[in-house]
Amino acid sequence: MASTDTRPTLRSRLRSVAEAAVTPLDLDVVLDHFAPLRAGGDAQGRIVEVRPETDASATIVIKPSRAWAGHVPGQYVRIGVDVDGVRLWRTYSLTHGPRADRCISITVKAIEGGVVSNHLVHRARPGQMLQLGPAAGEFVLGDPMPRKLLLVTAGSGITPVIGMLRNLFSRATPVTADIVLLHSALSQSEVIFGEELRRYGAEGRIRLVEMHTDVHGLLEVDHLETIVPDLAERTTYACGPVGLLDSLETHHTERGLTLHLERFRTQLVTPGEGGTLAFTSAPDVTIEADGARPILDVAEDAGVLMPSGCRIGVCFGCVLPLTSGAVRDLRNGEVTIAAPGDGVAIQTCINAAAGPCEIAH
Amino acid sequence: MTVITKQPVNPTDHLTDADVEAIGVELDAIRQDILDVRGEKDAAYIRRVVDVQRKLELGSRAVLLVSILPPAWVIGTVGLSVAKILENMEIGHNVMHGQWDWMRDPKIHSTTWEWDNASTAEAWKHSHNEVHHTYTNIVGKDNDLGYGIMRVDEDQRWHPFHLGQPLWNFINACFFEYGIAAYDLELGKNLSIPKDKRSEKFKADLTKTFAKIRRQAAKDYLVNPALALPTGSAIPTLAANFTANLVRNLWSHSVIMCGHFPEGVETFEKKSIPADETRGQWYLRQMLGSANISGSKAMHLMSGNLSHQIEHHLFPDLPSSRYAEIAPKVEALFEKYELNYHQASLPRQVGSAWHKVVRLSLPNGFLATTTPKNLPSQAKLLWAMSTKGTKVRRAAQARLTQTERRLASEKAAAAAA
Repeated sequence: MASTDTRPTLRSRLRSVAEAAVTPLDLDVVLDHFAPLRAGGDAQGRIVEVRPETDASATIVIKPSRAWAGHVPGQYVRIGVDVDGVRLWRTYSLTHGPRADRCISITVKAIEGGVVSNHLVHRARPGQMLQLGPAAGEFVLGDPMPRKLLLVTAGSGITPVIGMLRNLFSRATPVTADIVLLHSALSQSEVIFGEELRRYGAEGRIRLVEMHTDVHGLLEVDHLETIVPDLAERTTYACGPVGLLDSLETHHTERGLTLHLERFRTQLVTPGEGGTLAFTSAPDVTIEADGARPILDVAEDAGVLMPSGCRIGVCFGCVLPLTSGAVRDLRNGEVTIAAPGDGVAIQTCINAAAGPCEIAH
Repeated sequence: MTVITKQPVNPTDHLTDADVEAIGVELDAIRQDILDVRGEKDAAYIRRVVDVQRKLELGSRAVLLVSILPPAWVIGTVGLSVAKILENMEIGHNVMHGQWDWMRDPKIHSTTWEWDNASTAEAWKHSHNEVHHTYTNIVGKDNDLGYGIMRVDEDQRWHPFHLGQPLWNFINACFFEYGIAAYDLELGKNLSIPKDKRSEKFKADLTKTFAKIRRQAAKDYLVNPALALPTGSAIPTLAANFTANLVRNLWSHSVIMCGHFPEGVETFEKKSIPADETRGQWYLRQMLGSANISGSKAMHLMSGNLSHQIEHHLFPDLPSSRYAEIAPKVEALFEKYELNYHQASLPRQVGSAWHKVVRLSLPNGFLATTTPKNLPSQAKLLWAMSTKGTKVRRAAQARLTQTERRLASEKAAAAAA
C-alpha cells in the first residue's frame, strides 16, 4: 500500500533547517565537499586503480557513489572526465562486476588523437573523481542465458564481452554454457586481456579463437562456418568495428540466425560552414544558418525570441545550451562540438553554425 | 574629470584610427594567448578557492556557535567576513561573468551560480555584465557612475541632493548589498512610475529580490543565531553575522569605488560613441575608463582581482587568476600608445575616489572660485542654487563655470609672463 503521507518528517525538517543555514548553497553541494560518494549524493565515482593492460590501454577501477544503481554485465556507462579543466563525456563498456565491493571498471583504449581516451590511459590517477551516468545498453546475456554462445569481437569490442565472462566465471554456481570466443586484434601484443582470455581457454571455460591481423589477416565473415561448424546452433553476440558488424548482420540475417550487436558509435562531427539551426521547443522548425552570421541574429531574423545582452560576446547574457552540433566562434575561429548530455553552453551572439545544430530553447 | 571629448586636450587625440584598430588586434592576441593555455591549472584554482571558501564559511559559523566566548566571536567574525568577501568577489562576481563556463561544470557556471548577497544573480548579471560592461563610463548610460545617488563627473548635472553625497556614499557603503539590490532593480526609476503602470518584469524581479533578502536575512539573523541558543550565543552570533555583512559591504564598496571613481579616470559622452563602436574603440574606452589597485597577492585575492580592473574590463571573460599574468603586457601596450595606465595603492585610490565624491558634491567650479574672502557670497550663491529652482541653478552654474574659466586663463597668463 503506497503511503501518501506528506507531513514533514524529522529528517526533512532538519534538512530544511540546514538548507536555511547555508543558503544560497544547496545542502548537497556543501556535503559534496566532505563526502562526495555518500547516499543521496550525485552519481560520481572515485578512481581507485589504474591498471595498464597493453601499451595503449588501461583498466580504470572506480568506486561509485551510493547513487550508482548497479548494472548487468555487457552494459555500458557514460563517464564525465575533466580533461585540461573541461568536462568531457564518453561512453565505455563496464568490464567488471557487479562486484561485492561495489566497484566498477572500464577499459579504455587510447585512440590516435583521442582527448579523453589518452587522458584516461596515460594521465588518470587514483583519487581523481569522475562523473557517472546510469548503466545502459541491451547487449546482455539475458536470463536464462543461451546454452550455446558465439562471441565475435574485434579490438576494443572485447570490453563488454570480458565484463560478461568475468561475471559468468565468478559465480558461485558453475556456468554450463558452451562458449566460443572469436577475437580479432591487430597483433598478439594488442589483444587486451590476452593472458586472461587464454587462461579461460586453457581452463576449458571457453573455446578461444584468436586472430591477429598481422599474421592471419582480417576476420572474414564468410569463413565463420569453417571456424565454428555448429554456428547455426549458437546465439551470436558481436562487438567491434562497423565493417565487421555490418557484414555479420547481413550474414546472419541471410541465414535466419540470432545476432546481438553492440555498436560503438563514434561521434564524428566534422565542422563545416553554416548549417541548419533547430530549437528543442519547436522540433519541426529548422532554420538555414550561414556560417558567417551569429546564431542570435539568424534566430531573431527567423522570428525566434532569444535572450541577449551586449551582443559583442562580453556579458554572457545570450548563453544557451547547445544540445548537439558544431558552432564556430566568429572572433577567433574556435569550434565547439556538442553531443546530447555533454553540458555544452554557448554564447549565441558570437557563435555561428558550423554544421547542423540544436539549441535548447 | 569631464568627458574625454570636452577636455582641452583629449588623451586619445594622438591616436589615428589605424592605431585604435592595432590596439584591438594586440589585445585580441593577448586574450587568445590565454585561451590557448587555459586548462587544468585554472580549473584546479577555482575549485580550490571554492573549497577553501566554503570550509572557511562553515568553519566560522561553527566557531560562532560558541561566540559567547570573545575569542570565538572574533575568530568566527573574521573568518565569516573573509568568507563572504571571497564568495562575492573572487568567486561569485567572476563565475557570473562566465569566466569559468568553459569548464562545462554545471555547479560552477554563470547560468546557475547564486551568490551570498541580497541581490539576485539574475538582476546583478543584467545590471553589471550587460549594462555596466557594455556602456562602461558613458555618462547617461552607465549607471555605475554614481549609482543614481551621486555625481562623479562634471558632466553629470549638479542637484542640491548631491550636497549630501559623502553621507549617501557612506550609508550605501555600510548597506552595500542592499544598495546593489536596489540598484539592480532600478528601484528609483521604477518606483517613480505609478503602481498600475509598472512593468510585469519589475514586479517579478521585486518579488524575487524580496525572496532572496528574506532567505539571506533568515540565514544570518534567525537560523544561525537560533542554532547558537544552546550555548547562550544567539545574540553574539547575530551581532557577528551583522558585523561580517558590514565588513563585506564596506570592503567591497571600497574596492568597487576604486574601479572607476579615482581622479583621472576618463568618462565618455553618449553622442561621441558610434552605434557601431569597433572592437578597438570599445577596448580603448575600457582601457581609459578603468583604474587598477597595486598591492600584495592577498589584496588582489580579496578584491576578487578587481584590483586588475583594467584587465578585467578588457577581458571580463578570462579567468581572474590570469589577470596578474597579463597585466605587464597590457601596461606595455599603454606605454606603447602613450596612454595613462591608472594604477596606485589601495589607500591612494580609495582616497582619490572619496576626494572626487566630496569635490563633486558641490557644483562645478564652486571650489575653484571660492576664496576665504568671498566665502559669504559664495555661500549665499549655493543657498540660492539649492533652493530657488532649476532656472536659478542653471544660470548660477553657467556663471560659476565662466568665472572658473576666467580665473584659469588669468592664472595661465600670469604664469607665462
